[in-house]
Amino acid sequence: MKRFLLPLAIFVVVVGFLGIGLTLNPREVPSPLVGKPAPEFALPQLYEPQNTLSLKDMSGKVWLLNFWASWCGGCKEEHPVLMQLAKAGEVPIYGMDYKDQREEALAWLRRWGNPYPVIAVDEAGRVGINYGVYGVPETYVIDKAGMIRYKQIGPLDEEILQKKILPLVRELQKQ
Amino acid sequence: MIPEIGHFALILALCVAVVQGSLPIYGAAVGSSALMSVAKPAARGQFILVLLAFCCLGYAFAAKDFSVLYVAATSNSQLPLHYRLAAIWGAHEGSLLLWTFILTIWMVAVTLFSTHLPEAMRARILGVMGLVSLGFLLFMLTVSNPFERLIPAAADGRDLNPLLQDPGMVMHPPMLYMGYVGFSVAFAFAIAALLGGNLDAAWARWSRPWTTAAWCFLTVGIALGSGWAYYELGWGGWWFWDPVENASFMPWLAGTALIHSLAVTDKRGGFKVWTVLLAILAFSLSLVGTFLVRSGVLTSVHAFATDPKRGLFILIFLAIVIGGSLLLYAWRAPRVGLGGSFDMVSREAMLLGNNVLLIAALGSVLLGTLYPLFLDALGLGKISVGPPYFDTVFVPLMTPAIFLMGIGPLALWKKASLPDLAMRLRWAFGASLVTALLLPFVLGKWTPLISLGLLLALWIVTTTIVNIRERVSHLVGNSLTSCLAALPRAYWGMVLAHCGIAIFIVGVTMVKGFEVEQDLRMNVGETSTIGGYTFRFDGVREIKGPNYMAARGMFHVTKWGHDVTDMYPEKRHYSVQNQTMTEAAIDSGLLRDLYVSLGEPLAGGAWSVRLYHKPFIDWIWGGCLIMALGGVLAMSDRRYRLAWRREESLAQATPHPLGQEVL
Repeated sequence: MKRFLLPLAIFVVVVGFLGIGLTLNPREVPSPLVGKPAPEFALPQLYEPQNTLSLKDMSGKVWLLNFWASWCGGCKEEHPVLMQLAKAGEVPIYGMDYKDQREEALAWLRRWGNPYPVIAVDEAGRVGINYGVYGVPETYVIDKAGMIRYKQIGPLDEEILQKKILPLVRELQKQ
Repeated sequence: MIPEIGHFALILALCVAVVQGSLPIYGAAVGSSALMSVAKPAARGQFILVLLAFCCLGYAFAAKDFSVLYVAATSNSQLPLHYRLAAIWGAHEGSLLLWTFILTIWMVAVTLFSTHLPEAMRARILGVMGLVSLGFLLFMLTVSNPFERLIPAAADGRDLNPLLQDPGMVMHPPMLYMGYVGFSVAFAFAIAALLGGNLDAAWARWSRPWTTAAWCFLTVGIALGSGWAYYELGWGGWWFWDPVENASFMPWLAGTALIHSLAVTDKRGGFKVWTVLLAILAFSLSLVGTFLVRSGVLTSVHAFATDPKRGLFILIFLAIVIGGSLLLYAWRAPRVGLGGSFDMVSREAMLLGNNVLLIAALGSVLLGTLYPLFLDALGLGKISVGPPYFDTVFVPLMTPAIFLMGIGPLALWKKASLPDLAMRLRWAFGASLVTALLLPFVLGKWTPLISLGLLLALWIVTTTIVNIRERVSHLVGNSLTSCLAALPRAYWGMVLAHCGIAIFIVGVTMVKGFEVEQDLRMNVGETSTIGGYTFRFDGVREIKGPNYMAARGMFHVTKWGHDVTDMYPEKRHYSVQNQTMTEAAIDSGLLRDLYVSLGEPLAGGAWSVRLYHKPFIDWIWGGCLIMALGGVLAMSDRRYRLAWRREESLAQATPHPLGQEVL
């Protein structure tokens, strides 16, 4: 009898792992950039292309850098969360319009609202490469000294915001 | 309206599945003929209902009904009709409908070709299939309804993923699913036999053609998928050991083992318990494959939109179906008893060896596929397991399996003699070895792996020739052709399938050993030579497709100054999904493929270009098709056809032709 139960036992173990696997995100890869200085950039702004936005402009404050694009479905999914966060005003979210077309990006923001004080345009995606962006949306928490403290791959949701990002932001703001 | 009819048909099908999954099985347990007779009309009714639902979804796609969420998400008004119809299985919900539809097709096939089975057996088989279908219908109706409305309707659809807009992709999923789902028949046979407690040789004989049929479909399905990856992904590879590819390969390995194990059960009454376990395993792995693709637990190029609710549903379904079957197995199998005994050197032992190796290979693929998940779940870090692991594990496991493949068909059942086998095969081995050692030098490059690959392929062919010769010499026929014709088709099927493996191995060996690849920058008018072929780049033209814009490169190919062909690789941009696709140009041939794909545009009209010369690559898929053809031939053997005519008494009265003891 015992040896006939062996396949079942193996199966139970595999199902256990598959069950745990469901709660994990295989795309969530720890970023080597966390704890390192954020890569420099200086890029034209979306609304005022003659002006640039650079990393130095945000030094001395805690801020979020959000890579997004008008063609990206996940960005629309997380958009209400960003809008709400912007309204609360606890932390500024700077946008990085990633590999996008200017008109489409503007139309997208007109339609869904703009949570960003300033948006930089990374048309060629080079800054994205420096930041190790896999896909959009991705969000970085950057501290007063310009260090990356956290990286979120994929859409933000209320839970991640409340449990991870906001506590971290508050702690960093105290420093 | 039409989508609602489809939705309603699915609900009705669910009700029918409940009936089909309960009454006949209960009827078989209590011996009620009335209850058992429900199975057949229920199975057919379910087929009609799911067919109706399938047609309704097809109609919604054809009529561009973007008020159906699924249609709006996977098609577009500019998408040509044939791709709109193929978009039915272009994403999750529709794939499930296709899965269920194919399951009902297999059910109808069982009602048509099982008139010779005892009534209780047939009722149980259809009942088990009804339960499987119940699970899938429930899945569709709860968390993945293809008929869900989108109100207000979208102005236009989001288009089908450009990767799937390809003829290979139209055929690949149905074929693959025919294979996956086909194993449900063998599975239902095994469960029915466990429930009834009669695991005899007749059971194995009935299961064999069904298993072979499913295996043929799966073989072709995998080959199509591999071929598609080769010409669509644009970097010339044909197998990536991607988790989803592995998910289709594991049932194939289990199915291959099952086919061989069934042969022993049928012929010798042995391996019964093992055969039942393999039948459960083959179908379980099909289900696990579905889970891996749908749930998003693993990263893969095939990742469909994932949803944790769906993952959980499939996991529970898996636990019930597989866990229940294995429990039944643990409960019933001890009573089955062992088959006839056999010697350490015998055909049974060799088939057992082959089975063990196939299952070891399966286990290593499963381990490699799930290992990242295991580590992640245990908090030991993130890793990915790539081709080097699989290549390293596979060669040492397959080498002895293929060596046995050559000997097995020549060995006697029950007890064979090793010295005798060595005598009979010494020429085959010697000729294979010498040729395999020398041939690579003639071809221009010697490596151990090239020689090994050639040795295995030659070994299969030479042992097959020895086998056929011996068979023919036992027959007292007139001419050689009549002797060959007297051998049963099941035998020829085996020969063909084994030769398919040899052809496949030649393809893999030659491609791995001799392919030439060049990644370069080409200006207009520039030439480059690989494998004796000279490619001249004649620039790029803009062209417009139905739903994309493309840059089409023009290459003129010559060899020794003679024109060979013109090749037109494309770089397509699909506007709706904002995706860029590389459409490689391939010039196929029996002995080599030329493969050109466009990279990125560079300054001054130049492009980055990839050129490949791939010797014998088409043998890889050719080998698979020949394997499948062998399966078809084996299925058509007269012993199964006789059985299907319910004339069992007649079948026994017919004198067995010589050479009946084939696999």
